[in-house]
Amino acid sequence: MTTASAPVLEIRDLSVSFPTETGTVSAVDGVSLDLAAGEIVGMVGESGCGKSVTAMSIAGLLPGSARVTGSVRLDGTQLVGARESALRRVRGREIAYIFQEPMTSLNPVLTVGRQIGEVLQVHERMSRRAARARAVELLTLVGIPSAAQRVDGYPHQLSGGMRQRVMIAMAVACGPKVLVADEPTTALDVTVQAGILHVLRDLRDRLGTSVLIITHDLGVIADIADRVVVMYAGRVVEQAPVDDLFAHPRHRYTAGLLSASPQPGRHAGTDRLTEIPGLVPVLASQPDACTFADRCPAADERCRTAAPPLEGIGGADHVAACWYPCTTAPTAAQEANR
Amino acid sequence: MARYLLTRAWQSALTLLLSTIVVFVGVRALPGDPALALAGEDRSPEALEAIRRHYGLDQPLPVQFAQYVERMAQGDFGVSIRTGTPVSSMLTTALPVTVELSVLAILIAAALGVGAGVLAAVRRGRPAEWLANGLALIGLSVPHFWLGLLAILYLSVATGLFPASGFVPILEDPVDNLHHIVLPAVILGTGLAAIIMRQTRSAMLDSLSSDYVRTAKAKGLRPRAVITRHALRNSLIVVVTVVGLQLGGLISGAVVTEQIFGLPGFGKMTIDAVFQRDYPVIQAVVLLTAAAYIVINFFVDLLYSVIDPRIRVTGDPA
Repeated sequence: MTTASAPVLEIRDLSVSFPTETGTVSAVDGVSLDLAAGEIVGMVGESGCGKSVTAMSIAGLLPGSARVTGSVRLDGTQLVGARESALRRVRGREIAYIFQEPMTSLNPVLTVGRQIGEVLQVHERMSRRAARARAVELLTLVGIPSAAQRVDGYPHQLSGGMRQRVMIAMAVACGPKVLVADEPTTALDVTVQAGILHVLRDLRDRLGTSVLIITHDLGVIADIADRVVVMYAGRVVEQAPVDDLFAHPRHRYTAGLLSASPQPGRHAGTDRLTEIPGLVPVLASQPDACTFADRCPAADERCRTAAPPLEGIGGADHVAACWYPCTTAPTAAQEANR
Repeated sequence: MARYLLTRAWQSALTLLLSTIVVFVGVRALPGDPALALAGEDRSPEALEAIRRHYGLDQPLPVQFAQYVERMAQGDFGVSIRTGTPVSSMLTTALPVTVELSVLAILIAAALGVGAGVLAAVRRGRPAEWLANGLALIGLSVPHFWLGLLAILYLSVATGLFPASGFVPILEDPVDNLHHIVLPAVILGTGLAAIIMRQTRSAMLDSLSSDYVRTAKAKGLRPRAVITRHALRNSLIVVVTVVGLQLGGLISGAVVTEQIFGLPGFGKMTIDAVFQRDYPVIQAVVLLTAAAYIVINFFVDLLYSVIDPRIRVTGDPA
């Protein structure tokens, strides 16, 4: 999309750590990324790689014990270390969230209309009646049939997909600049999933909202994202336009992730998908090593003693943090290493 | 909803009839002879016989029961064996005292318990929580008859802040009435407050770490709105259940508290009646207590459906 224009959201060197009884655990380590207006960026990685923590830290939603350093700028305004009252004005109005579990993310004892209206009452100073009327419009916008009746219903009267649409309606109520969708389709059926992704894309097209979509599902990324950020153990290891990434993954982890996903045709004749050996390392800061070294087929001494920088490989918009990036097609590279 | 109400009302009526039988039989199973208690010095067989005949105690039990139910249906609870006054008129003076005491105790307990519970959950791991937990432990462990005696000793006898005993009807002098009733109500409410506090705290801790509270925060709501509208509203379901279950305890607590503070209420009337084998009074008191319990439970059930739409029986397809 319009990567040339100034980014709406600019994250620089964001690090998050949590103090625990056994010492500080680093969950996110020096993450930088830009989100342009109207752009959909997919953030992908295994469970526990710091995707959600990154997402929550954008609007300061992490618990008080989290230590956040670095910079998050929304249209130039610094959010890291901002006052709670300033962050409250940003949350829901300029940066809105959609969460993974539509079953539990909605309040069971408040009507759908009330929960959507609440955002409008707080940020737009709307009356309760006006907010309810607007809620009906929003429910229609996200494709909920007979919205005028549903608005007075409760979450338990809706299906999972419908609830996620309610979440989206709530998120876009104030026309946010940035929509952070943390695993928005993970808990849903595949058919419902396609519907939700369609709604997100449609909203981007209509409202020009930038979307940061977090998932571990590469299919979702391929379907919706303009650009992909691959995270591994708290760091960004690769970033590229979506087609480029799928065609030419540079980081060994990305290549492994791609070959671990079922794709029609590619695995014909073989019984198993290729898996990445080992586990995601414990989240402790490893400043002098590539965090993927222990699981990487191409790793050597250099990878264990120096962290590779995120560098442009094959074009400025494709960067990867790897001393020995893949140069050939993913499966061939993988197989050559085995 | 109407159907649900009707079913619940029918169940309540049946429960009430069963409690009538239990009360009637139970009272007569008590050891001791009311005629003997009434006769005083003159314990000649003729005198006892006359007393029995006068109060219908010489009739077979089923006949006594039938007469009892018939009269009760007309609002006539009989005449006190001890004082000779109609039980219904005794109730009209005693009942308001106990109702006022209990309602005030519940209000105090709910305000203190919910307030402290919310505070303890929101300020988790900080001095406010320790204080609330400590007070709750004291409230739970200390028997309130002892607490009542201490209160009389220090707040009434030593300092004269509150009257040690007695009661002034609310219509006579509302201020003086409150002055008399507030100390017993606080004492009666402490145990309940402690239970409500602990339940509120744990329910609030659950709600505060829930996904919908995260959503509420992500919407940019103020902490107050997040805590009251989202977390507390969900926690109240648990609190209402606990209060409903504790009401029985509250009624028996009222009996003891009234005795300590010399309040001319239901509790005092009950104790006096039991000691005197005053059958009509005991029957009326126990029956009314049972009825109160049934009615309260009915309202607690209704309250559930107001708080939690998921248990609303509206016939609306889910």
